[in-house]
Amino acid sequence: MWQARLQRVSDIAQRWILPLAILIIWELAARSGWLNQRLLPAPSAVAVAFWRSLSDGSLAANTLISTERALKGMLIGGSIGFGLGILNGLWRPAERLLDSSLQMLRNVPHLAIIPLVILWFGIAEEAKVFLVAIGVLFPIYLNTYHGVRNVDPGLIEMGRVYGLSRLALFTRVILPGAMPSILIGLRYALGIMWLTLIVAETISASSGIGYMTMNAREFLQTDIVLLGIIVYALLGKLADTLTRWLEQYALAWHPNYQKAEAVA
Amino acid sequence: MNRMALADHPKVWPEDDAVGPQEFSAQKHDLPIRLDGVSKNFGQRQVLLPLDLIIPAGQFVAVIGRSGCGKTTLLRLIAGLERASSGAVFVGESRVAGLQRRVRLLFQDARLLNWQSVLRNVGIARGHGWQERALKALREVNLLDRAKDWPSVLSGGQKQRVSLARALVSEPDILLLDEPFGALDALTRLEMHELLTRIWLENRFTTVLITHDVSEAVALADRVIVLRDGGIALDIPINLPRASRSLGDAATGRLQAEILKHV
Repeated sequence: MWQARLQRVSDIAQRWILPLAILIIWELAARSGWLNQRLLPAPSAVAVAFWRSLSDGSLAANTLISTERALKGMLIGGSIGFGLGILNGLWRPAERLLDSSLQMLRNVPHLAIIPLVILWFGIAEEAKVFLVAIGVLFPIYLNTYHGVRNVDPGLIEMGRVYGLSRLALFTRVILPGAMPSILIGLRYALGIMWLTLIVAETISASSGIGYMTMNAREFLQTDIVLLGIIVYALLGKLADTLTRWLEQYALAWHPNYQKAEAVA
Repeated sequence: MNRMALADHPKVWPEDDAVGPQEFSAQKHDLPIRLDGVSKNFGQRQVLLPLDLIIPAGQFVAVIGRSGCGKTTLLRLIAGLERASSGAVFVGESRVAGLQRRVRLLFQDARLLNWQSVLRNVGIARGHGWQERALKALREVNLLDRAKDWPSVLSGGQKQRVSLARALVSEPDILLLDEPFGALDALTRLEMHELLTRIWLENRFTTVLITHDVSEAVALADRVIVLRDGGIALDIPINLPRASRSLGDAATGRLQAEILKHV
């Protein structure tokens, strides 16, 4: 029993040895003056910056506004992508009309339209939300569309034989059948959401994490820049964890996710 | 193997199972099926030649033939999943023009919704009191204890039992079976035969079983129809008491040999 516990502790310790060693060496290098603090501040300096921006409320305020933009864009772009994916997946005429155009637009890197977006919206909120929405629309659209299309036709036939209405067929057969694919799309979209927001905020914003880091760069506050990067990493990780929970809840029936649950 | 399995369950069938295929008592769930000059072609390919067939109410018919002989098409025509190229299919008095509530179909694969519990799969049509009816159907197929499980943890035989329960929930007049036991191992298949026989004897719905297995056809049906090249090559009654239809039985063996000649 205690041997197993010891084994687990040593497993965890092994995972942390390298990152901790890097942190310590980095700290020592910065303190000894071997590293230029202007270019790469010590971990302790970042911790101090974290405490400072936390206590004056600027970190919370900027994180909040960034999260708000991300979620608004996700909600708008995600809804449009989901709606189009369902529509084109279920209804051939819509697919013929829309799909090839959407595939064409998908191949335009959405960050390439930033100059246009600045012309349209200036640096107002809409610019960031619009960019995020465009960015998340396509992965959600594609995966929803493919999910709906790949639902086993045998199950749909079974549903018809057993007298399901169109609505019941959609809610009980098609939507749950497409759900694994839709959630993969959501996960992709979350990655794109943060990426888009970082770029949009560093280019045109007067608040948010991206603005905070760009502003800090102007004043050579490298510790704040580093802090901003860490916050982005944490937000990304948080979003990923939330989707994984969502997957485990929504796909509890799926053998793959049952195994993952058993391990965890 | 067959005889051993039967010896283990000597009381699978009621004592008075000397009922011949001709004497069908009027039970509650049965409707006759009639095909009048029904043919089917997909484009240029003629799958079924025009054929006439009457299946009396409550009869258990097995249709056998090689793959591609049109047996599944015949079943789908009765189910209303396909439209006849000529002629007409009648269920009871009404002409089949689409899917019917009185007809239930078991597929080759169980076709369960993996994202719903066994109980919700069985009660897929919902409706008034569906949970009680689904539980009752699960009890009939001996799967009451799996009601809350996901279908993915069930074995192949259990999945087909769930899909049988799903068909039973709506108390159909006609049960159509499209090789539902084809993918099961031999022992599980024997269990399914016993289960299906018991349920059929209790309900007496008109039943059409598609199979490529002659021994399965002879073990289960009142009447065997052999389809070959889109037409009926043999139409033969099975007048043996169900309890004596085992592998070693001489009369059963003769019938099987006779049918095999026509497949």
